[in-house]
Amino acid sequence: MLKFLVRRVATMIFTALCVTFVVFYLTNLPPNLEKVAKSEAGSRISDEEVASWLEKNGHAQPLLKRYGEWLGVMPGWTRTDDAGTVTGRCIRKGEDPATTRTYCGILQGDWGQSTVFKSDVSKILATRLSLTGILMFWVMVTMVPLSLLIGVLAGMREGSKLDRSLSTFSIASTATPEYVSGVILIVVFASKLVGLQWFKGTANSAMDGITFENFALPVATIVLYGTGYIARMTRASMTEVMTAQYIRTARLKGVSFANVVMKHALRNALIAPFTVIMLQFPWLLNGVVIVETLFNYKGFGWTLVSAAGNNDIQLLLGCSVVAVLVVLVTQLISDIGYVFLNPRIRIS
Amino acid sequence: MESAMEPLAWGAILASVLRLFLPVWIALVATFALSIVFKRRLGLYGKLFDSTVGMIGFGFVMFWVFTALFAPLIETRDVLSQISQMKNVLPGTPIPDGSGHYLFGGDNLGRDVFSRMVAGSRIVIQIAPLATMFAFMVGVTLGLPAGYYGGVFDTGLSFLANLVLAFPVILLFYLLVTPEIVETGLPQYIAVVLFILPLLFLVLLINSRYYVTPGFRNIVIAVVLVIGGWAYLSLVSEAGTKIAVLPQALDIIHVPANILIVFVSVVFVNAPTVFRIVRGIVLDIKTRDYVSAAQTRGERPWYIMLWEILPNARGPLIVDFCLRIGYTTILLGTLGFFGLGLSPESPDWGSTINAGRKLLTIAPWPALVPAIALMSLVLGLNLLADGLREESLKD
Repeated sequence: MLKFLVRRVATMIFTALCVTFVVFYLTNLPPNLEKVAKSEAGSRISDEEVASWLEKNGHAQPLLKRYGEWLGVMPGWTRTDDAGTVTGRCIRKGEDPATTRTYCGILQGDWGQSTVFKSDVSKILATRLSLTGILMFWVMVTMVPLSLLIGVLAGMREGSKLDRSLSTFSIASTATPEYVSGVILIVVFASKLVGLQWFKGTANSAMDGITFENFALPVATIVLYGTGYIARMTRASMTEVMTAQYIRTARLKGVSFANVVMKHALRNALIAPFTVIMLQFPWLLNGVVIVETLFNYKGFGWTLVSAAGNNDIQLLLGCSVVAVLVVLVTQLISDIGYVFLNPRIRIS
Repeated sequence: MESAMEPLAWGAILASVLRLFLPVWIALVATFALSIVFKRRLGLYGKLFDSTVGMIGFGFVMFWVFTALFAPLIETRDVLSQISQMKNVLPGTPIPDGSGHYLFGGDNLGRDVFSRMVAGSRIVIQIAPLATMFAFMVGVTLGLPAGYYGGVFDTGLSFLANLVLAFPVILLFYLLVTPEIVETGLPQYIAVVLFILPLLFLVLLINSRYYVTPGFRNIVIAVVLVIGGWAYLSLVSEAGTKIAVLPQALDIIHVPANILIVFVSVVFVNAPTVFRIVRGIVLDIKTRDYVSAAQTRGERPWYIMLWEILPNARGPLIVDFCLRIGYTTILLGTLGFFGLGLSPESPDWGSTINAGRKLLTIAPWPALVPAIALMSLVLGLNLLADGLREESLKD
């Protein structure tokens, strides 16, 4: 078990390094840096001025060196200009060059500055992530019980009318991506055309305080797309368990159907969906980006889109690190959880 | 002409739309009639017509395929022509010059929503199945040897696949489909690598099959290499970009740079999942008796992989293929929704939803119409996959 854990964590760290390096490379391509130079130093500067700006700000170093500095495993660059002033990656304006740290990358908690929001990336990410956390919380609270219920009800009697109708609902749900269900929900529940106007078509006000009125539609939009997949997995797992020998034995012993489902089948049927639910997190990330854009809720997804759209390199890198970590950590938890929940694997 | 100037009621709109789709109805009825008559002779495809769910799904899918095919006959207006008086008008509003109606209303630039929806089906039907097929050829060509041989090759490829899968899809799109990346030629380099694999797949397929008749094999492989190689070079090379290997006169396939990037990124996102599925199936099948029998006969590894294992893996692969076309359609919509790749005027469904979502509470139809179209196509593909799964499990 320990050996398995160590190997999984080591692979995860190596993957994280590779992925962040690719993202770093793709966000620091020459055209991107040129755009940054032009937006920082003036849009009409010549090519030589661009080159010298890049040189002055440490962007002209080899790629690996820059990646190491950004990560915090290589000392940040320093530079003494003709007048004798020392500038460097780790030296902020007004700081004494002699007393600053040598390393300043994400490992030291120094995530850089956003060029659009003019603030620390770590601060921006903290506030945005807390907003997205609230959204995710409500999505999970609604989605997990709902999809498990649908899956168990559909899977307990395979081929029944209930199974047919619930399975069709699950299929329809997986066929409706967020940008479709969001549009339909807004039109039905928030537009003048239909006239219901029960909810608000934007979640802008939800950032100050959540009400049922401003938060129901964004949550429902994500839940609708995610539910179908988990429900189908639960159903598949449930139907498999229901054909097992021990279920038949229990039935023949005269245990009531409700008891068989609740006490015998459910526990074994929920192992597979656990993995699926954990692996849904990366999926939810996509949903969050779409829904936050559609409903104008300024959380993590909205920040990612705005950083990518505005060539805000440091912020985009920060967002990528968070997103990649979410994916990898959930994969790890789902692997470990699966081993932990399944005694057959745990013992061997 | 007086009556044509009246706005249409909902019933009349429905009647006109049904009439416009007449070629599609005829084609659908013909397809279903022929398929049902000959269903016993058509293998798995014929069995589809024993399942109600499968037939409904097939109906939805073929509806959009025929719509894409007959799009020029169905469209009532040019998809780009704008009429300033028709901005955000209600469905069924007559055009001022008396030449007809905007059946599903007008969008924020005064274009016909109905015609744009029909034209949008063309883009989806052209890109989604083809991209999925490429993703499958890439996934199969790499997944078969990875599962069959195992070892370092497998470990390396699995790690790469997991690496791509660790990227959140939207982040990957934002990184790949930007003008800056296009400038560096990176998507083209990915295309160079990805598109060689289908060619390799075909050559391996033929070589392993006709290995015992070298004369015939050499001719077939030469033909495939010349035609396929030309198509490959013509596809990746584009004048005025980083890769311009073919002279202009020979470069027959012109894929606009933005479409190529959309295509490449969709294949790039799908291929690792296909790879994992194929690898998993091969790991299971290679322990079967018929594989050992072939090995004992002295068959070569690629023959076993392509002609013993692959045909026996077709069931789950066909089902996944249908599901994956649906997923690719969703991905294309996502790209359009974020305004990535395709031009803003493009009538594809994702871009249209993106353009229409700003006025959703006032004029919902420009976004609602393509949204429902996209949903019905993906729903059809999912139902079709479900029907196929059920029927393929029966025997």
